[in-house]
Amino acid sequence: MITLTPLKQFKYPVYAECITPDVFQGKDIAEIANLPVNEGNQVKNLSDLFKIEEDNAATPTITINGDASEVRRIGIGMKNGEIIINGNVGMHLGEKMVGGKITVNGNAGQWVGGGMKNGLIEIHGDAGDYLGSHYRGVSEGMKHGVIVVDGNVGSDSGCYLRGGVIKIKGNAGPFLGYHMSDGTINVEKNAGPRLGANMIGGKIVVGGLAEDMMPTFTIDTSKPKVKIDDTQSAQGPFYVFLGDLAEDGKGKLFISKANNPKLKFYEKYL
Amino acid sequence: MTEIIIKNGFVFDPINKINGEKMDICIKNGKIVESVNEHKAKKIDATGLTVMPGGVDIHTHIAGGEVNTGRMVRPEDHIKDAVSKTALTRSGSGYSIPSTFVTGYRYSKMGYTTVMNPSMAPLEAKHTHEELNDIPLLDKASYPLIGDWWFVLEYLQKGDLESCARHVAWMMDTTKGYAIKIVNPGGLESWGFGKNVHTIDDQVPNFCITPREIMVGLAKVNTMLNLPHSIHLHTNNLGLPGNYLTTLDTMRALENVPNNGKPVAHITHLQFSSFGGDGWGSMKSAAPEISKYINNHNHMTFDMGQVIFTDTTTMTADGPFEYTLYQLSGHKWVNSDVETETSGGIIPFHYKKNNAVNTIQWSIALELALMIEDPWKIMMTTDHPNGGPFFAYPKIIAWLISNKARMATLKLCSKKGQKKSLLPTLNRELSLYELAIVTRAAQAKALGLKNKGHLGVGADADVAIYNVNPETTDIANKYKGVRRAFRSAAYTIKDGKIVVKDGEVVENVSGRTMWLDVHTTEKVKVDDDMRNRFKQYWTVEFDNYPVYDHYLKVPQAIAVKASI
Repeated sequence: MITLTPLKQFKYPVYAECITPDVFQGKDIAEIANLPVNEGNQVKNLSDLFKIEEDNAATPTITINGDASEVRRIGIGMKNGEIIINGNVGMHLGEKMVGGKITVNGNAGQWVGGGMKNGLIEIHGDAGDYLGSHYRGVSEGMKHGVIVVDGNVGSDSGCYLRGGVIKIKGNAGPFLGYHMSDGTINVEKNAGPRLGANMIGGKIVVGGLAEDMMPTFTIDTSKPKVKIDDTQSAQGPFYVFLGDLAEDGKGKLFISKANNPKLKFYEKYL
Repeated sequence: MTEIIIKNGFVFDPINKINGEKMDICIKNGKIVESVNEHKAKKIDATGLTVMPGGVDIHTHIAGGEVNTGRMVRPEDHIKDAVSKTALTRSGSGYSIPSTFVTGYRYSKMGYTTVMNPSMAPLEAKHTHEELNDIPLLDKASYPLIGDWWFVLEYLQKGDLESCARHVAWMMDTTKGYAIKIVNPGGLESWGFGKNVHTIDDQVPNFCITPREIMVGLAKVNTMLNLPHSIHLHTNNLGLPGNYLTTLDTMRALENVPNNGKPVAHITHLQFSSFGGDGWGSMKSAAPEISKYINNHNHMTFDMGQVIFTDTTTMTADGPFEYTLYQLSGHKWVNSDVETETSGGIIPFHYKKNNAVNTIQWSIALELALMIEDPWKIMMTTDHPNGGPFFAYPKIIAWLISNKARMATLKLCSKKGQKKSLLPTLNRELSLYELAIVTRAAQAKALGLKNKGHLGVGADADVAIYNVNPETTDIANKYKGVRRAFRSAAYTIKDGKIVVKDGEVVENVSGRTMWLDVHTTEKVKVDDDMRNRFKQYWTVEFDNYPVYDHYLKVPQAIAVKASI
């Protein structure tokens, strides 16, 4: 097991693609120390920026203790093993990851799990914008796997979602599930405006207040509860909306009845 | 300037009818010469290698407004193909739409030395030339889009061909262009009103003119001006099932244009104009019908528009066609209307082997190349990036020279597409001599480039040397080796300088930008009416409109004496 501790408060972004269990595996501590990272426009060694310690546990685990909020691309494309970050972490955490687990005991930046293919990411704090989303211009976001956020998330989360589950225990910003075509998003508290804009499939469950309802969604039915994944289901009752009709979409929005009295007028269309 | 002698190579120079002869090529002052001083000259030992003139590409979208917009809408295309800088070359990115420098390097690595940018909206001419200036190692030229240019439509409507010709001559100077490009004649003007034309005899809104009149009129204008290239034509109804009938009509309409013994038109990316059937379900190849006509007529030239199975970006001035693609793919779509001049559209597109239509498209282009008997009539292109990126050319080379390569690819394709492909019935395999025709000689000849595409004395010293031994290699069987050889040339020589060695750029030179300086007896009069029109309908002042000489980094004016 490797433990990394930042040697200073980073002033410039650090691009550390090398911090994944796959890269570290099979390397001794001297080799790990020589891995290249970019700080600003300069190429440095990992040991220039982090104190690197190894203990005897043979598990492919990396622990980062301290503030890594300027450190980007940790765990990019990781296939197995585990990363634990005790502190905040920067952008592109676990982007395109294929397997394994990442735990953040703090807040995470933008693009957490962007385009991830499988695996588990747990954030015991807040996450930034574009959670489980797509790279700019690509039409494929997260495909499989699970992301759990205990706090709030920013805007455009679950953009172009193609599968998998995103569980948000706090609030979500605007454009949640923009253009998603499959998968599930569960927000236990409130969701921002333009919920599910352009969605063509999948489902979004909002347990709190849905700030607005797009006119391109139509009410379909109401349900007492909804399944989130194999282990969890959310208790309603819920209004079920279909859309986004502007895209001829077949996505479903489950909006809590109790917390959205302003949507009561839809009931006459049922 | 250094002298170079290329010794003992197998030379393929179809324009001078040299077919694999072992001979020396001498270079002095950037030109091919009879002989050089062997002691002083730098020797390139080409024993066992193939020597060809530098490659010429007649149709490739490498610069200009639509290309740059394509770059902007496709960040995902750049992240998957980033190129680092070296001591000599600059960095860049882009898979289907590479940045300017990377475009130059990649072409040069394949042994290409001259490329033609086929679609330049006159309003975007300055932008296009700025980008062309930044493309190293290649000679370039650009074709302005004139087929839906208001002034031309008006002259043709009045039947005043002479004034039209003078105007076109002025346009060549104004945009620093090289040939008349016509895209979906009439269709682009109609697209401004949300419509399109569907036969060559449909009326264009507000102009009382038909696509037939535009094409025939401009072909006649082209002959009057003695332009080196013919009109460069993208047909109506492009990319729609059953459009081969329109293509046949177009070719028949141009049969009787006087031509001074030269072709009167070049139909570009012919594959996209050779669809049979009457819907996407029943879409099939119309290569037999098209090639039968072409084999019996000599008034036109063509290029393939080969489809490559990859993720690419389509971009064309044919706005209505891009709208059709958008409806099919639902992908992000750019639609633009370039004021009074032309339109444009961009859609990312992934040609997939498991898609029947894409398989048939792939097959059509190869069928055309093999069924058209005369290799001087059909040239190799992908219509970069519409059919696929240009650096996939070595793949096409393999398919052209080897039936085995074609069958290996066809085997992986959609079953429905395989059934409709005519390739299993064709066993023609191009020789290296024919390959030199379709990749350089025919293109240079069709473009009227007298110093390009051959290795005769006086030609520009643009030479490509490939690591293929025609004596010992059975190219049809060992197509993979040939493909590798054409992917990275052993040497590329540009203007007498070795710019690429073993597939790596070793020297940077700026290529020239060619344009036509057409001399007519009477110049076009820039009168108040024209200036007022610009004031009324263009966002650019008339005086800011032309591309002045200083805009071109290395200009090469080609003087043309018009017959009017």
